[in-house]
Amino acid sequence: MTSRRTLLTLGTALALSTLTLTTARASEPMPVVATFSILGDMVGRIGGEHVAVTTLVGPDGDAHVYQPTPADARSVADADLLFVNGLEFEGWLDRLVDASGFDGTRVVATASIEPIPFEEGGHDDHGEHGHDEHGHDDHAHGEHGHDDHGHDDQAAKAGHSDHGHGHGDHDHDHDDLAEAGHGDHGHGDHDHDHDEVAEAGHDDHDDHAHGGHHGHNHGAFDPHAWQSLDNAVAYVDEITAALAKADPANAAEFYQNRAAYVAEIEALDVEIREILAALPEDRRTVVTSHDAFGYFAEHYGLTFEAPQGLSTESEPSAADVAEMIEQIREEGISAVFVESITDNRLLQQIARETGATIGGTLYSDALSGPDGPASTYIDMMRHNANTLAAALAS
Amino acid sequence: MIWEALIEPFAAFGFMRRALLGCVAIAIGATPIGVFLLLRRMSLTGDAMAHAILPGAAVGYLIAGLSLTAMTIGGLIAGMAVALFSGFVSRATPLREDASLAAFYLISLAAGVLIVSTRGSNVDLMHVLFGSVLALDDPALILLCAITSLTVLTLALLFRPLVLECADPQFLRSVSRLSALTHFSFLALAVLNLVGGFQALGTLMIVGVMILPAATARFWTASVGGMIVVSVLVAILASVAGLLLSYHYSLPSGPAIILSAGAAYALSLVVGPVGGLARTLQNSAQA
Repeated sequence: MTSRRTLLTLGTALALSTLTLTTARASEPMPVVATFSILGDMVGRIGGEHVAVTTLVGPDGDAHVYQPTPADARSVADADLLFVNGLEFEGWLDRLVDASGFDGTRVVATASIEPIPFEEGGHDDHGEHGHDEHGHDDHAHGEHGHDDHGHDDQAAKAGHSDHGHGHGDHDHDHDDLAEAGHGDHGHGDHDHDHDEVAEAGHDDHDDHAHGGHHGHNHGAFDPHAWQSLDNAVAYVDEITAALAKADPANAAEFYQNRAAYVAEIEALDVEIREILAALPEDRRTVVTSHDAFGYFAEHYGLTFEAPQGLSTESEPSAADVAEMIEQIREEGISAVFVESITDNRLLQQIARETGATIGGTLYSDALSGPDGPASTYIDMMRHNANTLAAALAS
Repeated sequence: MIWEALIEPFAAFGFMRRALLGCVAIAIGATPIGVFLLLRRMSLTGDAMAHAILPGAAVGYLIAGLSLTAMTIGGLIAGMAVALFSGFVSRATPLREDASLAAFYLISLAAGVLIVSTRGSNVDLMHVLFGSVLALDDPALILLCAITSLTVLTLALLFRPLVLECADPQFLRSVSRLSALTHFSFLALAVLNLVGGFQALGTLMIVGVMILPAATARFWTASVGGMIVVSVLVAILASVAGLLLSYHYSLPSGPAIILSAGAAYALSLVVGPVGGLARTLQNSAQA
């Protein structure tokens, strides 16, 4: 008898506790995971207090060569949403996701951006075609990009503010509206399609990478897309749409956060454009340690050169280094820039040999710690622009 | 023509001269160590050591942040501990030196992974610590040349006991009190060369230049002195060839140098007069 009573009590207690757990869960922030610090910062801005963001590769960490820990696997398994950059940036991610038994939604932040293709051996091309030609090409391209981007910005801005207002209240209406009106920007609209497209795209990249690229972390495209503020808006849109879908009750707030954040990003874009526009034509070439600034270069009409290539893991050839030294001498480049995440000994040697100064530290793939000059995405982009402008102008 | 192909790269670029000097330094210092490691059947020591230094580098990182000096000193301490413990165990117990080295390096590696995972950051310490032949700065060159000088002096002093120690350790132990001193000095030199080389040049470069020329020399002469001379020459030639290939054909430098040494090894394997495949086949045909 006693045993039956105990069982009954136990059962009731269990049922009760489950009930409390579920109610508690609803008011608790939604657990989400972002793969690296920049993405984590963006997700935190949109999600605010309604999400608990875990960032896998933290400040000053190098996501190219990161090795996940069991704690990471646990974070991923517990998460409702997993935010990734995509474009083969996180080469270690698929295995981590498989191993963790993650059953939430994977959100690819670069799903709607137009990636810059990257050819392996891009440096060889430099050598064969000559620097001048290359530089001019880049520049022209950059200018075109400017105009296009400008228009896009405005269109996007208009569209988005509509969104923000229309959405908060009527979630279902929003979907229809979005599908009708904002097909090309593609945020929030067809989430399902998005995920599928993103996933399919990702798999394709995988195949490419395994087939042709010597096991590098990177596939066919430059993954450092967040280095353009236009793309940042696309990132933010992917994040907002995914959060709104996963937590419809707070969607209004997410869209409000988004509007404020995008306004901040666009204001910064104008600011950086002004800072960098002041640089004269012959002072727009920047030397860094690895090719992380392709999008930044295209967006602001600069030329970036790096001895190390796209991944921090590759090893340069003597020819690459010699060519870079000659280029720095010929073009009178006065400053080279080190990066926060890589071994900068090679670059320091190049600076020493050419007499160029180290212009400062750029943050490419990771934010700095909370006390550093680049503790948020916005701060990082502003810091990079100011550092570049200060060193190139002098 | 010859000037352009062979001399001009070094004349025009300081980093090429630095790379060459670094390579010559390890060719003279580390390659003889490689010869003795080969004779002791400890050719894989270098690879074990590349892992064994992890806890030291991690502790150095925890204490001083991303400082190459702190990480190198930490790595050196960890490497010395592993080498000396395994040397001690091999002298005091029946366990052979390769087995005790394997045991200690695994323990060390596991401790290092533990430290990195619990206390470290996301920075890949080994990736940052290991240098590249094209990025030799002044401290790295001074480190390499100092280690080489120390190595050459010590080897000159201990040459005879060391040869005996490698060939017949029991005999040396019975006739001389120098046995322990020789053994541990040699282990310390090996660790010094390896850790200095990791920091300046990276694992592949230092282990490759240490072992491949030694293995190549084995096919040309049976005497220890002869092997050292041949291996140092092979190491220097492979370095020059590799750097030039890297310069002219845009290949990564470290692999180019090691593949040049590998080509020398493959060639010697076939045509080498002492135990080369061609000679061995010829002999067995005659017999």
